[in-house]
Amino acid sequence: MEKTWNNKAWFMVLPVLVLVAFSAVIPLMTVVNYSVQDTFGNNEFFWAGTDWYVEVLTSDRFWDALTRNLIFSAIILAIEIPLGIIIALNMPKKGLGVPVCLVLMALPLLIPWNVVGTIWQVFGRVDIGLLGHTLEALGINYNYVQNPIDAWVTLIVMDVWHWTSLVVLLCYAGLVSIPDAYYQAAKIDGASRWSVFRYIQLPKMKRVLLIAFLLRFMDSFMIYTEPFVVTGGGPGNSTTFLSIDLVKMAIGQFDLGPAAALSIIYFLIVLLLSWIFYTVMTTSDAQS
Amino acid sequence: MNFSWMAWTLPTALFFITIALLLVGMGIWEYVSPGGNPRIGILRFETTRGDRLFVSLLGSAFIHLAWLGFGGGQHLWWALALSVVYAVGVFRYV
Amino acid sequence: MTATTQPLSQRLSWLIPTVYILFLLLPIYWLVNMSFKETSEILSTFSLWPQNPTLRNYTVIFTDPSWYKGYINSIIYVVMNTVISVGAALPAAYAFSRYRFLGDKHLFFWLLTNRMAPPAVFALPFFQLYSAFGLIDTHIAVALAHCLFNVPLAVWILEGFMSGVPKEIDETAYIDGYSFPRFFLKIFTPLIASGIGVAAFFCFMFSWVELLLARTLTTTDAKPIAAIMTRTVSASGLDWGVLAAAGVLTIIPGALVIYFVRNYIAKGFALGRV
Repeated sequence: MEKTWNNKAWFMVLPVLVLVAFSAVIPLMTVVNYSVQDTFGNNEFFWAGTDWYVEVLTSDRFWDALTRNLIFSAIILAIEIPLGIIIALNMPKKGLGVPVCLVLMALPLLIPWNVVGTIWQVFGRVDIGLLGHTLEALGINYNYVQNPIDAWVTLIVMDVWHWTSLVVLLCYAGLVSIPDAYYQAAKIDGASRWSVFRYIQLPKMKRVLLIAFLLRFMDSFMIYTEPFVVTGGGPGNSTTFLSIDLVKMAIGQFDLGPAAALSIIYFLIVLLLSWIFYTVMTTSDAQS
Repeated sequence: MNFSWMAWTLPTALFFITIALLLVGMGIWEYVSPGGNPRIGILRFETTRGDRLFVSLLGSAFIHLAWLGFGGGQHLWWALALSVVYAVGVFRYV
Repeated sequence: MTATTQPLSQRLSWLIPTVYILFLLLPIYWLVNMSFKETSEILSTFSLWPQNPTLRNYTVIFTDPSWYKGYINSIIYVVMNTVISVGAALPAAYAFSRYRFLGDKHLFFWLLTNRMAPPAVFALPFFQLYSAFGLIDTHIAVALAHCLFNVPLAVWILEGFMSGVPKEIDETAYIDGYSFPRFFLKIFTPLIASGIGVAAFFCFMFSWVELLLARTLTTTDAKPIAAIMTRTVSASGLDWGVLAAAGVLTIIPGALVIYFVRNYIAKGFALGRV
């Protein structure tokens, strides 16, 4: 659509600007201020320069949390994207099955995140949970409270449970836009299942897959609520992701300086990711 | 209203004033010659001068962080100089 | 196409979504199952359905103020936030979808960064900011804090819907002598009614599920149900049955509207870009 140039449109954007400035710009400025100072409370601050940044950037704690977060994102993407594609390809295309599938699959997406945590917390417990109990009956030693690997597996399965549907729904939206004529032509040509996927379905899903990939990456990069409820970052620090670590530092220990420096670094990484997201979206829009 | 909780310091104030002036400057530039001089540079997608400023600033932030993380926080002016070189490069080639 | 011409793999394709849906429903079923059991039964016997079905857990929630107040608090700030977010986003989304103006693309991007920003970054300064304004433990504090991600979300979703409405409709209305407010209310709003519904639904949902900011900014009077649930978890001797019932109740708002939004869920999560 051709848009007209009209700078008066600024007035329509103004309410949004005021709101977001209040809830984003002022806090961010404050965080920058805190990140270069030290405090002992009572709003008394002392200049600390870039010390906090050096402290955070040279601490194992930060790099460990960042690494854990990146590994977590990589694992859930490697599971959710292919799984989502496979399920979307096998979804019914018409009839009663469509709304049934859509409604049931969307259910986990609409559950409050802390309840997702609660659900898996009770589901995995050996004493009262179906999963934990069954695994124990099968002779598998499983305890997400004490064993780091079990905690990781629980969080990954929980995330797959929670978010794979989003990938499915996005892929499905891409698939239903393919006209039937394409499939008929492929059938006449005797195309194999693989080449139908490779040359008809995958190109149509490219854009939604891109969105799914970026959304899942960003959201898993700032995951907080679900692991907080299930493991609280433990056992030890084994599931302490960046957000959990930051909240521990900022609210738990009230270490304003290091927490603010970590916030800025975290925010810069997210800013870079958002920019990639935006650029990829606008570039792919311009091509199609 | 009490703003002491924001803990302003001169350097951070100067930093934000600089950013604000940059934005105002870009606004005036855009007003005088609209369109933002779009072109396709070495990143192979279209950028305007606003995009180039953003890439410069964000890149500079990461240059400073790298300097602080790997260089131990001494001689930050070198990071600034490197950022300026980087920004010039971005405005020239991206 | 008849079943006989289809290869085996296609005839069995319904198995994959079915197995997946079973996997999705199993943990939810377990929560519902637990919510109808006495806590003593949960801890002592292991059964796939309640041996002595009871509504006690739900009664506790509906009669104990420390529980039901949580729901009321959550609903108050969520509704406030939804109204503020959609109200502010409507004109902005119209501007973004219809006009080009100074810095429009950068503003649009800047909004996105706020949707993507981790709430953990903002928890500390929000606490200081709202303390300075004396707003800690009020509903409006949480409602405004959630604007951080919900206003951008609403703008992006609404812009996606509005861009689907041809511009000729606007122009025809202006030629017919409609003023802008009358056009917007009488003609444009009905056309994007589903968009407004979807934006409101997603604002509602993201505010409803957010825990970190809501917990940080409240202490007692405005404490949301999510914070009450996590507090209960950390306390000793917790009442699993009541916790499960509270969880089931928080799922209900989403489950009630799920049928109506089923075709828009992908669009809403993808910020109106699908």
